[in-house]
Amino acid sequence: MAEIIHFELNGKNVEIPLEKGQTLLWALRTNFNLTGTKYGCGEGYCGACTVIMDGEAVRSCGISMEDVAEKKITTIEGMSVAGKLHPVQQAFVDHDALQCGFCTPGMIMNAYGFLLKTPRPTRAQIIEGMEDNLCRCGAHTRIIEAIESASKVMKV
Amino acid sequence: MKKNTSYRDEVPENNPTFEVNRRDFVKLLGGGLFIYFQFGNFLSGLASEASQRRSLPSDYNAFIHIAEDGTVNCMVGKIEMGQGIITSFAQMVADELDAPLESVRMVMGDTELCPYDQGTWGSMSTRYLGPSLLGAVAEARAVLLSLGAENLGVKPEELAVENGVIFIKDKKNKKVSFGQLTKGKKIEKYLEVKPKVKDFSEYKIRGKSFNHADGIAKVKGEALYSGDFRMPGMLYAKILRPPSHGATLVSADTSEAEKLEGITITRDKELVAVLHRDPEKAQAALTKVKAEYKFDEMKVDDQTVFKHMLEFPSESRVVRSSGNIEEGKKNSDLITESEFQNSYVAHAAMETHTALAYLEGEKVVVRASTQTPFGTQDEIARELGLGLEKVRVIPPFLGGGFGGKTAFRQAVEAARLAKITGKPIMVQWTRKETFFYDNFRPAAVIKITSGTDKAGKISLWDYHEYFAGDRGSDTVYDVPHAKTTSYSARDVHPFLTGAWRAPGNNTNTFARESQIEMMAAKIGADPLDFRLKNLKDERMIAVLKSVAELFGWTPAKSPSGRGYGIACGFDAGSYVAHMAEVKVDKATGKVQVIRVACAQEMGYCINPEGSLIQLEGGITMGLGYALTEEVKFTGGDVHTTNFGNYQIPQFSWLPKIQTKILERNEPPQGGGEPGIISMGGVIANAVYDACGARLFQLPMTPERVLAAIGKIK
Repeated sequence: MAEIIHFELNGKNVEIPLEKGQTLLWALRTNFNLTGTKYGCGEGYCGACTVIMDGEAVRSCGISMEDVAEKKITTIEGMSVAGKLHPVQQAFVDHDALQCGFCTPGMIMNAYGFLLKTPRPTRAQIIEGMEDNLCRCGAHTRIIEAIESASKVMKV
Repeated sequence: MKKNTSYRDEVPENNPTFEVNRRDFVKLLGGGLFIYFQFGNFLSGLASEASQRRSLPSDYNAFIHIAEDGTVNCMVGKIEMGQGIITSFAQMVADELDAPLESVRMVMGDTELCPYDQGTWGSMSTRYLGPSLLGAVAEARAVLLSLGAENLGVKPEELAVENGVIFIKDKKNKKVSFGQLTKGKKIEKYLEVKPKVKDFSEYKIRGKSFNHADGIAKVKGEALYSGDFRMPGMLYAKILRPPSHGATLVSADTSEAEKLEGITITRDKELVAVLHRDPEKAQAALTKVKAEYKFDEMKVDDQTVFKHMLEFPSESRVVRSSGNIEEGKKNSDLITESEFQNSYVAHAAMETHTALAYLEGEKVVVRASTQTPFGTQDEIARELGLGLEKVRVIPPFLGGGFGGKTAFRQAVEAARLAKITGKPIMVQWTRKETFFYDNFRPAAVIKITSGTDKAGKISLWDYHEYFAGDRGSDTVYDVPHAKTTSYSARDVHPFLTGAWRAPGNNTNTFARESQIEMMAAKIGADPLDFRLKNLKDERMIAVLKSVAELFGWTPAKSPSGRGYGIACGFDAGSYVAHMAEVKVDKATGKVQVIRVACAQEMGYCINPEGSLIQLEGGITMGLGYALTEEVKFTGGDVHTTNFGNYQIPQFSWLPKIQTKILERNEPPQGGGEPGIISMGGVIANAVYDACGARLFQLPMTPERVLAAIGKIK
């Protein structure tokens, strides 16, 4: 019998049999059908798979499920509450800070994790905080603006 | 042939397959009004031929369906990959129809529901499909007016339309909505005499900015890409890959992999796939497969490729010619001879190539990230030996394309495996596979011999383009003796190459605009003045003057030490001019782009903000091919495997971006690509202006910048 691990996923207690070699990214995408978290590179370079683990933005492609036991995970699907977009999501919409949208969930989760730690960031801090999330369409300028405006609204 | 406007409820006679298609529509969409509309004259014979082989009406290229609830479904063969046509097409439809924007639903690229389309590339959607789309919508509106006239007991001329409601002009309360008119009916209409489309002055929704229609779905993570679909019993397929291009599989021992729990191995000719419901288990099992290959690789690498290409037997073709090159040489006071190079560049869209294939009865259905759903359908049908009607390709949202998803190998792989196994198969390439099988932007060489006369006019332009592609190879400037020769050959590259955002034009504009500034520098002219003096094209002059104002250009001869550069060109029917300011770290060779200004004229702009977003995207993406992006390889062995060894633009690279769109009431032109074409040239010229180092090769890596600084006399 596989060992069962428990963790909190988007505010709910969940459990999953521990499979050797399974990463959080693919557990989310296959076992929990939470496909907002994207596979972009599988090696931690791009940030498309970013989620929040115990208040920190992490790359789910590099997190083994055994390290998720008893943790609190928030994915993009857990960001809006009762149909209302989270301020970071709303800012991305308002600033049209996306094109193809594939990097967008990872961008939003990384921005959220960043703002939890740096609630009133300077532009330079935003750039540093977002540096390793990749976007190929070139939505960067608007993403920075969106995070600047979200930081004024988001309550930490 | 009736002269008067009339309706035909029956389908055109030359479409025996129409019935099948109509049934599918009705099944999918229920009742309502269907309007089919005609191909424009722009399509090549090839495309019309392709469309005739399909179970689609051959003489229509989009459909409008007005549902009973007033929803306007618009079906086009194009796909959405971030360029924003899901928004701008809806604006066009709503505006032409006088329907609320939110009532328009775009159905895109589904080979079963949408009419044939060659593919989404070349910034062609708005400028080529647009006119026939509008023609169809105008027709839909005329049909609705006629139905409204019957319903309200007046003549169509007495009616007006607003927000999807038809009313009598002087009795606004006598009204009927589009939905009411179509309720409970299945009506197909076809007008023989086409109504006129609206004039620019009548536009209400076009010309206004709207945010991405798909924005909310995308920020919630709800927008579905190919890899996000789930089917009962779905298996992930991980496919055995050769170590290099030119390697052929000799044998594969799958016995170790087969021992793993839940693993199935499927083998069909060269295709060896490891299947498991868990993609990581499949990937792990794949590493247990022992394979042997024989190698027949080209003897070329990223260093020797330029020599290789110039020595390769190629066919030359004169693209355009005016005057006489020898005459031009005689008339020239100063001659400049240069050779420019650029390396292979990857598309590197954030979504890797992905496809889900499954059987639906005898039919294979494939949800694939493809820019060419109909080409994908063709190839799958051919590979599987099926009729086109047995293959349905549905492209969901694409996580970027840039030309890279005109190749669809992954979709064929998924379809083959689904047919063999009978199970739903997901093929989601790793980043390494996506780099390996990318149809790279080709490495290329440009040779230019040009001259100026004593009056500072360009007297000679002899342009030779090797393997870049001739798009953007226009002389642009007004030169009496000019010739462009293009060289091409099959099998010159060790791997696949293809269209990369504004194919050919990035390379050509880099070479041309670098050469122009070299000539200006030689005669001590301000590079903006030099351009304006040698241009006749009013539209190019207008964008140059506009960007100069935006940027705050002041005349100086280069190198001025300011780090200012200019580049301009045209692409996809649009005109662009860029100016940039850079800082060059002379100790490290690192280039930081401080700001980029860009003016674009693209005819009538449907969604101004959407177009600015495309410009910003082009400028930002263009920093990569200008500064870092370069595929490394030895023979067919591609060393570039992930973002760790292929650097694409990041947040800290961002210049301040200033953009402007010039208004012009002429048919809309392309907007997805022009913004990127100048980025190599404008940065190269700014680097020269900063420090006097002329870069002849893209990307302008720190090593190359240092080497160029070392060559300053």
